[in-house]
Amino acid sequence: MAETIFDPNIIKDQNLVYKRTDHMKEKALSYCPGCGHGTAHRILMEVIEEMGIQEKTIGVSPVGCSVLAYDFMNVDMQGAAHGRAPALATAIKRLMPDKFVFTYQGDGDLAAIGTAETIHACNRGEHITIIFINNGIYGMTGGQMAPTTLPGMRSSTSPYGRDEATMGHPLRMTELVATLPGTCFVTRQAVHTPGNVRKAKRALRTAFELQTRKIGVSFVEIVSNCNSGWKMTPVKANTWMEENMFPYYPLGDIKVPEKID
Amino acid sequence: MAKVKGAIVIDIQRCKGCEVCVPACPKDVIGMSTNVNNKGYHYAEPKHDDCIGCANCAIVCPDGVITVYRAKD
Repeated sequence: MAETIFDPNIIKDQNLVYKRTDHMKEKALSYCPGCGHGTAHRILMEVIEEMGIQEKTIGVSPVGCSVLAYDFMNVDMQGAAHGRAPALATAIKRLMPDKFVFTYQGDGDLAAIGTAETIHACNRGEHITIIFINNGIYGMTGGQMAPTTLPGMRSSTSPYGRDEATMGHPLRMTELVATLPGTCFVTRQAVHTPGNVRKAKRALRTAFELQTRKIGVSFVEIVSNCNSGWKMTPVKANTWMEENMFPYYPLGDIKVPEKID
Repeated sequence: MAKVKGAIVIDIQRCKGCEVCVPACPKDVIGMSTNVNNKGYHYAEPKHDDCIGCANCAIVCPDGVITVYRAKD
């Protein structure tokens, strides 16, 4: 280990407070510096570690930046065709109802090409968890406009800003699925500050615990940044997200199930 | 009250220099190195030893490169 400015007596195993979970694989993440995907992956794996369900969890990775999620998450994963993750998760959950099944999708995957699959899986009330990473842009393919792009927001296919008259309005998927009777828990979180990361982790924990009650889809949206697509530094992108994304996509629980004693 | 001392260990080769940990630290412990790692990023490093072991930096780090320790004096 390299030399440290801290007292070496503190750096001992019995004083350990926080360490990257070993449910994340050793491989270095392929995401850009500062991307929220890394944090979202890690808190998801921490929840699975705390619940002790690594052997019983099956994830479905989407198409997009997180298409390689199976290289980073140390659980069983299945790749889905673009947007079809909720349909595949439906099949997995129906064949193996005792497993914990989740999909991990971006906004291009879930809110554009996969809108039909998402809405119908939520409407059928499949007992799965859908994790929706919303950064308002198609990150992997070069920052094109997505259904969730904000009004006036510049992207490579809306260089003068999104004009709502011709390009439509940003789609609030989370509010949309909350109106469906098949969803039991719908929430919107973020992972850019320590407090938000803790809240998002609690939401993910609730979402996974609800799968055992078999009362419908638990849907967790995580508003995230795309500093490469937004052409900003990571810290500036987080500030921009707070100022511009959160007024349109307010954080908080939208639908919570009744508590049982 | 016993004083709490913390320490962080940063895996500098995995760090991508995104600087998200810098504003997350309440004690302003973390800064960016003038050196670069094998990937060419200016990695995060502790500037002084005022760390309280709150783990905020480790929790927001997208790449999970920070390990946190805490002990009472």
